[in-house]
Amino acid sequence: MTVVEDLAVPPRTEVLPRGMGRRERWLRRLPLLPALIYVVVVTQIPFVVTLWYSFQNYFWNSPAPAHFTGFSNYTTVFTNPSFRGALVRSVFMTVTAVIAAMILGVALAVLLDRKFFGRGVARTLIITPFLVMPAAAALVWAGPMLDPNFGLVNYLLAPFGVHHVAWLSTQALLSVITVMIWQWTPFMTLIVLAGLQSQPAETLEAAKVDGAGALATFRELTLPHLRPYIELGILLGSIYLVNVFDAVRLMTNGGPGTSTTNLPFYLYQQVNNAFDVGGAAAAGVVTVILTIIVASFALRMFARVFQFEEARA
Amino acid sequence: MTATTARPGPRGVPRWVGTVGWGVLAWVVALIFFLPVLWMAITAFKPESAAETWPPQFVFTPTLSEFRLAITGMGPFLVHSIVATVGSTILVLLLAVPAAYALSVYPVKAWRDGLFFFISTKMLPIVAVIGPLYVIALHAHLLDSLGLLIILYTAMNLPLAIWMIRSFMLEVPNELLEAARLDGAGRIREMSSVIMPVISPGLVSTALICMIFAWNELFLALNLTVTNAATMPMFLISSVPQEGLYIAHLSAAALIASIPVIIIGWVAQRSLVRGLSMGAIK
Repeated sequence: MTVVEDLAVPPRTEVLPRGMGRRERWLRRLPLLPALIYVVVVTQIPFVVTLWYSFQNYFWNSPAPAHFTGFSNYTTVFTNPSFRGALVRSVFMTVTAVIAAMILGVALAVLLDRKFFGRGVARTLIITPFLVMPAAAALVWAGPMLDPNFGLVNYLLAPFGVHHVAWLSTQALLSVITVMIWQWTPFMTLIVLAGLQSQPAETLEAAKVDGAGALATFRELTLPHLRPYIELGILLGSIYLVNVFDAVRLMTNGGPGTSTTNLPFYLYQQVNNAFDVGGAAAAGVVTVILTIIVASFALRMFARVFQFEEARA
Repeated sequence: MTATTARPGPRGVPRWVGTVGWGVLAWVVALIFFLPVLWMAITAFKPESAAETWPPQFVFTPTLSEFRLAITGMGPFLVHSIVATVGSTILVLLLAVPAAYALSVYPVKAWRDGLFFFISTKMLPIVAVIGPLYVIALHAHLLDSLGLLIILYTAMNLPLAIWMIRSFMLEVPNELLEAARLDGAGRIREMSSVIMPVISPGLVSTALICMIFAWNELFLALNLTVTNAATMPMFLISSVPQEGLYIAHLSAAALIASIPVIIIGWVAQRSLVRGLSMGAIK
């Protein structure tokens, strides 16, 4: 398993053969159009509508029709501490979970990279958390695992002096982040493991012959080799984890108070509990703008990651 | 390196000690990670009275009674999930194969921009537009319909599928394509007789990845469906009562809801890596 795909892979035929006619150009565009139009319609129209509603005063539960209110929804968003709180919490949850999952992922990948009895089965067990339906994972953690009275976690921690801790009310944020890490560590493991297995054996042998210790070899050779894999894992993991909703909704419902309310849950609440379509739309637009800023860096990183083997070609 | 060699490793410890120690450590870690899944499976086979005890019971008479309870009323949810998952996956493949082709085999001029446009839509948070999406669905008479879920799940998985299928198309040996062209094959025949046979295993893995994401999706289903299109994750939520004992019942329902994807993932481990990295890792 190696990373060979990159955006610089020479196209099958010349991108633009000299004198490529109008007909040829359309012949090439044609297969792309259905998917392109589909994605534009389905993903961009809701954003345009969101933009529209962000300037409207519109409540589900009010008989009054939507009407223009200028920037008042935005003023609310920027002066509203709960939006800021949710934003900060979102960033904190995503960063913590991604970094922790990556560190664990590297450790697990190193473990799985060596031969041992039943490695295939162990690998299968390790990837399973990622495959469990997120809603199921959240509910199983909330009930059978973390229940203060019957939960397995309290039972296993009892020898360490932990007695009937109500995790979801006293350690809500930690509990939610733990579940995020538990579900995404396998993902990181798989990506890093692919990186480890693509490391040329000769390099490692040479290091050994030169008398380099295992730690030094790992730091000087393996980590630099893994770097693009780690970047890819962090990038993709962040894309999914920043949108985590199931665990928050089903484990803590954003609480206690707002201690686990991340941005997705906050927006969900605005629409479903506060019935505030206009306010939620404005918050959504701000979220999208922030995302675009972050994503423009992420996309640049993407371009770099997907080209890192260009030099070899 | 085998476990039977008695050559000393560093610090004079026989090498097999290290190998065995490594294996034991790896297994312990693997079991820790698997434990919640195992506990879900164990609890699912308990009677409710054995699930709510302190200390938790590890020895009990297994029963299927909670499964029987859980599957009553599951039928519609299961059907909706299957329709939404399979329907969106078919639509994804129908749209993604030609698009991937136009970004790899006979690329359009701006193929790079195209690729990045698709991936950028994956980064826009769907949560930000959920209110307006509801209003649009309402006016389009799509609310609480499987059609709506199929449309949205297709958009959700399409970028990933295009990237992935493109990476498979780039692997089609050039000699095969050239040979076909020399034989005078047109683009349609080249596609059907050269490219499709080579990438079909890749299409299967792409489909599996799309199915996993569609099957597990909760946010859109929760916001945009009520009964006519409610899917398995919503069935799961409905299995948690407001009060009373529910842990065994919930575990049984969670196991049933999760098992199709767990099995798909176990079977398709290799393609999982490739799919999750959007085709970057082979």
